[in-house]
Amino acid sequence: MEQLIKDKIIQVKRGNRAAFEEVVAFFQDRIYHHCLRMIGNAHEAEDIAQEVFIRAYVNIHSFDERRKFSTWLYRIATNLTIDRIRKRKPDYYLDAEIKGTDGLDMYSQLASDHRQPDEEVEGLELKQFIHNEIANLPAKYRSIIMLRYIEEFSLNEISEIMDMPLGTVKTRIHRGREALRKKLRHV
Amino acid sequence: MKCKKEAIELMHRYLDGDILKEEETTLRKHLEECETCQQHFHELKRTVTLLQSTENIQAPDHFTASVMAKLPPEKKHVKYIKWFKLHPVLTAAAIFFIFMFGGVLTSWNQDNQLVVSKQEDLIIDGETVIVPHDVTVEGDLVVKNGNLIIEGTVDGNVTIINGQLIDEQPFDQEGLMASVGEVNGELTHVDQVFEWMLYHIKSFFKNVFAVD
Repeated sequence: MEQLIKDKIIQVKRGNRAAFEEVVAFFQDRIYHHCLRMIGNAHEAEDIAQEVFIRAYVNIHSFDERRKFSTWLYRIATNLTIDRIRKRKPDYYLDAEIKGTDGLDMYSQLASDHRQPDEEVEGLELKQFIHNEIANLPAKYRSIIMLRYIEEFSLNEISEIMDMPLGTVKTRIHRGREALRKKLRHV
Repeated sequence: MKCKKEAIELMHRYLDGDILKEEETTLRKHLEECETCQQHFHELKRTVTLLQSTENIQAPDHFTASVMAKLPPEKKHVKYIKWFKLHPVLTAAAIFFIFMFGGVLTSWNQDNQLVVSKQEDLIIDGETVIVPHDVTVEGDLVVKNGNLIIEGTVDGNVTIINGQLIDEQPFDQEGLMASVGEVNGELTHVDQVFEWMLYHIKSFFKNVFAVD
């Protein structure tokens, strides 16, 4: 598969647009999934995922084909999503007190995430719960946990994608795992 | 609890596949003795399993199509460059012809001025060059961008480029040669671009192979 993608990229570099279509089709689900988990909003995620592929196409000549294409593509994806999260202005703060109420804040308006353990049953609901917990992680742990356990990159590849030292990747993955352990221990 | 911190560090290294053989033995031994750590380790492994079990999400329909539609248009010059790269011989030939035709055409178009190779004793009247009755031109005569009337004699070849030889007495019954003055050589008439080129090429080769 890796070799097939490599050949396609060489064709794209030579100006073959149709070859890029196959590359998009191959990676679309994974990239969209990553963006959705990072951003949490389907519409915005689709937007960013498309932007990822457009940037990849425009900058294809800066890709060194001796390296792994997926790492390069994910690097664009993580940069774009993290950028978007940073720029995003919160519409409201959860701790802000609601006017006209006595000490009620926005937290009280949210449906509780913490259902009783016996409610958190099998199947889709459990998967949804796990996704929620991933989504609640701080972005810097979230991206790394996603890359490690959902996209299944090696630690070295993650360090390349995130452009950070291997040691930092390990520390973040340890902390992310600990944080999730605490959330998921009762499931 | 000192054991906890060290043991947890080892657990994470185990999960990252980063653990040494003897460290793994230490961890294993510790887990057998310490129930808290055992529980912790179990929870961590379960977290990883849960994370890996999450379903994969598919991109929305027509995702690829809309990406392709949003790509910047292929630049035209890129297409040309591609073509040129694929056909180097044709490209070289095309460039050669562009320069060659360009050179000939500019020299054809640019000098619209009347040029006469010899001027002694000739009368120049606007765009017309007249060889008077009593004059004999020694050697070849070239007239460019003008008409020529020969009343006298030319001792050599006559070449008229982009002009005409004008017959002064068109009603002379004796025909052209009589009415025209005497030309003791070839009379060449050039007024087409192709002939002009041919003339150029001919004179070029003549110069090259000229034997004095």
